[in-house]
Amino acid sequence: MTMSAATTPAIRMTGVVKTFGAVVANRDAFLDVAKGEIHALVGENGAGKSTLMRVLAGMYAPDAGTVLVNGKDVTGWKTQDAIAAGVGMVHQHFMLVPTLTVAENVILGLEPRKGMQVDLHRAVIEVESLCKRCGLHVNPNAKVADLSVGEAQRVEILKALYRGAKILILDEPTAVLSPPEVRDLWTVLRALKADGGTVVLITHKLDEVIAVSDTITVMRGGMTMSRFATEGTTARDIARAMVGRDVQLHLDAQDGANTWVASAFTESAAVPVLRVKNVSVMSDRGTRAVNALSFEIRPGEILGIAGVEGNGQTELLEAIAGLRAMQSGSVQLLAHDLGPRSVRERADLGLSHIPEDRHRRGLILDYSIAENLMLGRQHHFGSFGTLDTARIALNAAEQVQRFDIRPAMPSLSARALSGGNQQKIVIAREMGREFSVLLAAQPTRGVDVGAIEFIHAQLRAARDAGKGILLVSADLPEVLALSDRIAVMYGGRFVIILPAAQCTAEQLGPYMTGAAV
Amino acid sequence: MSAGPATPPREQQRAMQSTGEVRAMAELPARAGIGLAGGVLPPLVALAIAAVVGDLLILSFGEAPSSVFRLLVEGTWGNAYGIGQVLYKATTLACTGLAFALAGRAGLFNVGAEGQLAAGGFGAALLGMMLPAGTPALIAVPLCLLAAMLAGAGVGAVPGALRAKFGASEVIVTIMLNFIVLAFLNWIVSSKLHVPETLHTPPIVAGMMPRFADSFAAFRGSAANFTIVFALLAAVVSWWYLFRTRSGYELRAVGLQPDAAEYGGVRVPRVRVVTMCLSGALAGLGGMNFVLGYKGYYEEGFAGGAGFLGIAVALVGRNHPFGILGAALLFATLSQGGLAVNAIVPKQLTDILTAVVILAVATAVPEVQKQLRAAAANVTAAFYRDAQKGVS
Amino acid sequence: MILLTFLLQTIRIAIPYLLAAAGGVMSERVGIIALGLEGMMLAGAFGAALGSYYGGNAWVGLAGALVAGAMVTAVLAVATLRYKANQVVVGVAINLLVVAVTRFYLRRIFDSASNSPRVPGFGGEGAGGMFASFVNPVVWMGLAALPVLAWVLYRTPFGLRARAVGEKPEAAATLGVAVTRLRLQGLLIAGSLASLGGAYLALDQHQFSDSMTAGRGFIALAAVIFGRWEPVRVAVACLLFAGAETLQIQLQGSQLIPSQFVEMIPYVLTIVALAGVVGRSVAPAALGKTE
Repeated sequence: MTMSAATTPAIRMTGVVKTFGAVVANRDAFLDVAKGEIHALVGENGAGKSTLMRVLAGMYAPDAGTVLVNGKDVTGWKTQDAIAAGVGMVHQHFMLVPTLTVAENVILGLEPRKGMQVDLHRAVIEVESLCKRCGLHVNPNAKVADLSVGEAQRVEILKALYRGAKILILDEPTAVLSPPEVRDLWTVLRALKADGGTVVLITHKLDEVIAVSDTITVMRGGMTMSRFATEGTTARDIARAMVGRDVQLHLDAQDGANTWVASAFTESAAVPVLRVKNVSVMSDRGTRAVNALSFEIRPGEILGIAGVEGNGQTELLEAIAGLRAMQSGSVQLLAHDLGPRSVRERADLGLSHIPEDRHRRGLILDYSIAENLMLGRQHHFGSFGTLDTARIALNAAEQVQRFDIRPAMPSLSARALSGGNQQKIVIAREMGREFSVLLAAQPTRGVDVGAIEFIHAQLRAARDAGKGILLVSADLPEVLALSDRIAVMYGGRFVIILPAAQCTAEQLGPYMTGAAV
Repeated sequence: MSAGPATPPREQQRAMQSTGEVRAMAELPARAGIGLAGGVLPPLVALAIAAVVGDLLILSFGEAPSSVFRLLVEGTWGNAYGIGQVLYKATTLACTGLAFALAGRAGLFNVGAEGQLAAGGFGAALLGMMLPAGTPALIAVPLCLLAAMLAGAGVGAVPGALRAKFGASEVIVTIMLNFIVLAFLNWIVSSKLHVPETLHTPPIVAGMMPRFADSFAAFRGSAANFTIVFALLAAVVSWWYLFRTRSGYELRAVGLQPDAAEYGGVRVPRVRVVTMCLSGALAGLGGMNFVLGYKGYYEEGFAGGAGFLGIAVALVGRNHPFGILGAALLFATLSQGGLAVNAIVPKQLTDILTAVVILAVATAVPEVQKQLRAAAANVTAAFYRDAQKGVS
Repeated sequence: MILLTFLLQTIRIAIPYLLAAAGGVMSERVGIIALGLEGMMLAGAFGAALGSYYGGNAWVGLAGALVAGAMVTAVLAVATLRYKANQVVVGVAINLLVVAVTRFYLRRIFDSASNSPRVPGFGGEGAGGMFASFVNPVVWMGLAALPVLAWVLYRTPFGLRARAVGEKPEAAATLGVAVTRLRLQGLLIAGSLASLGGAYLALDQHQFSDSMTAGRGFIALAAVIFGRWEPVRVAVACLLFAGAETLQIQLQGSQLIPSQFVEMIPYVLTIVALAGVVGRSVAPAALGKTE
């Protein structure tokens, strides 16, 4: 190509706006990616990174703005057009057909043919040569259902490369990977770059950004905030651009730590409210997700679990809540052994649970606010198996007011509410009653800033009132801000537990990625 | 009121409360309208489509639609006999409709009402035959009722248990079970129990339901009987169970979001088994209508598709017990109306219309819901927009 | 000799099962529940009788069957693919609809409540002895249907895409596979195969009679599930079910096992297969999920 090709950016997105109903995912987002670079697109959960990349990959048409790929205006194109133009996307949730082989998944939709048949032999050879070229290792004849997560991701990359992708978008590729797998991935991406490819990496982990990228674009609240060259930029600079109000959060953390220190002298005397001993739990995939884990939570304490998602946090909380069988070990709430108890009995003993996914577990979206406010406690709302509608209405009116759920209409279905108000229903139900231990998983995921502050205030108030709280969050600043002690979970174990006052994000990072065990 | 948790700065949000909530309150009637429309609109659309299809079919037969439809109405609601026949048919349909709806509320597809209905009828007939002659109705009827419901529940329990224990699709199991139950009953009746030269059992000796005609001469000749009281009762109890009991709350939760139900302490597999038993029992109750209310014996093939029509009834009745009563009357009218018009157009005309109504409702429901959901989202979005304006 | 007679009769009985089950495999493999097989077959039988009656030739009958099958498929496709209606409900409704429509037009066209007049079939009656039925091209289509389907599913691009669509449509969609169009193609193939199964019945009996499929569509569906959605296994299931039926016919009068119990065999086996007592039947993951 000519001189101009070298200066034409591979991707130029300007003024992109994308809304979903009432939710604005992108407002005035822009992105410039040069050819042959690894570009990190960073931002907190919900900053609009994935949406912007889906617009680029042709999955969404933008409401406004333009998308240029290699200098050509492709605004509003379709997935097929993007693929044809060499733009491939590796999704956070794998788009693989588990019953087909690796080779079949790779060639699907673009099959090499021999007469009327698929030339499977050639497919296998081509996949093998692609593997060799980029240093990816995966058996083309293996069934995808039998692959590890890391291998499945490699198949996703292979799919894009097989289609001649010159621009590869990866959406949170390391969220599910182990550290060695992450290192392998970096090697692959560098090989792609050396091969003339362009990579856009969506992430919210700063160590990755520093490790592998050439250029960084930071997004916040659906907008592009700033753009850096990685060289000469510190994690602190990126973090400031990413969070903006981080400083505020850190102040809160200091307060929290002080409270913890203040109550420290009673700590040894206090009986733990939750005692987890040698608990092992299997994942859905049949692997050991939680490995002989033990810890205690004292009254008036928030134990925060930091860690990359998929390291057993979900399974641990489900096991404590009674939603997943334990392979071994015991869980004790005050003086009660929870092992043989049902979900309902655990709730009655004072266990509250904010589940990580309110749309799947935490709420019944087609139930009204009032009906959702009694979920899990339905047996307290009537006698002889009937429901006392007056009591339900009274409870709803109280909780809606106390937790400021809007619109304040208990008969409205939960589906109609914003994310923050939906989460407030869950918070109201789980915290607006007597409890001694709260399991709080991703309590502020996908909620607006106002609701985040409110929820954080609720958690602190509960801690100050002597409750024991087990907090799991993918948002490290949140864990740092709220916790009294922080445990880092990796590979189904706590690799370290520290008083929060002694913790910084930089210090925890290596533990979260398994680098320092 | 509550001393506990902190609340966000109040005064800051006064503004948005006053604009946003006032507006939302004003929109309350609109929301209620949307909810009602979601329930009523699809069946109305479906009826309109069916009417058009019916017109076309009649025209293709060279007859005038108006005269055929007049005949249909006259032959059903035009005289006591017609009304009696409609009520008789609606009784069975209400039972199978309730059966399908109850399971449907729990997210289960009970396509097995046909077999459960037959089993219920057989159970009632069997007990009615075995009771000592002259057992007072006050004892015999409840016993036969129990037998019918237990037989239906037994058939319903199989798919429920297989779903709960092995995750086997209840759709397929219930369909297969229909054939098994009907073949089994066919074997019992033909080899052990039948009256020679017929396909039915000997008549029952106790437990016969009184007919309308016994009290009101105008109904003479029609099969209308007091089983309809049990069907009405079943609808009321179903409504109460679904919306006023804890089990009903849990049942609906399982149907909407099983994971959330499990989180809420509901034992999901158990609810599935229990619901399938109750569903089977409701279908079985329908068997009483023919056996105790009409013929006085179990006869091969009496169900005659009423089990499958239950799906249509539940669909048009929007899985709501009282909607189902209305829908049962509609389909009973179509069924009886077919006979009324048979002289000029084939009675299958109304069977076609029945199928068209099912197809039209099945297609209209997701479409209408999509539209209404979009409308509701707009209303909510407007609420939050106003609320935000109030703040900034 | 007895064995040969048994085999030939089994094949004759199996042909409609093989055709309809091939349609069932195709439909379910692209994610559409095959509850409408019975209706498709019945429509095919009626179309075949009409075509053969008016065309004076069994080949026109086959064309008629395909047209009738396509009409039913069109209704099914519009309801499930365009409007995302629930597949179970639509399947049940299709079956009711076809029974009613065929009865309606049986009376409209032939002025009979039970059957059509005699229509031409394939091959000379009486001639050819015990192999007479092999003159019938539909027999060969039936024997070929599932093996050919196996080839299509496992060897052609269409088959690869079909398997992907029935298992994880969103994955296929991200690779540019037009999911809805592929499902429509699958349904059309399914409708054609099932209607040929119905055509075989009408042309073999030289007439259409009311509800003449008599549940064969459901036996085919049972074979699909019992055969775990694998064409070759499904073919074996069809032959097994047909064999049981043949046995029952040949043993008639001996009262060894009541015929009703033989009738139950396909259904009981299917339930047993679903319950996973002997090797679990696992349906395509996206089956029934067009909503």
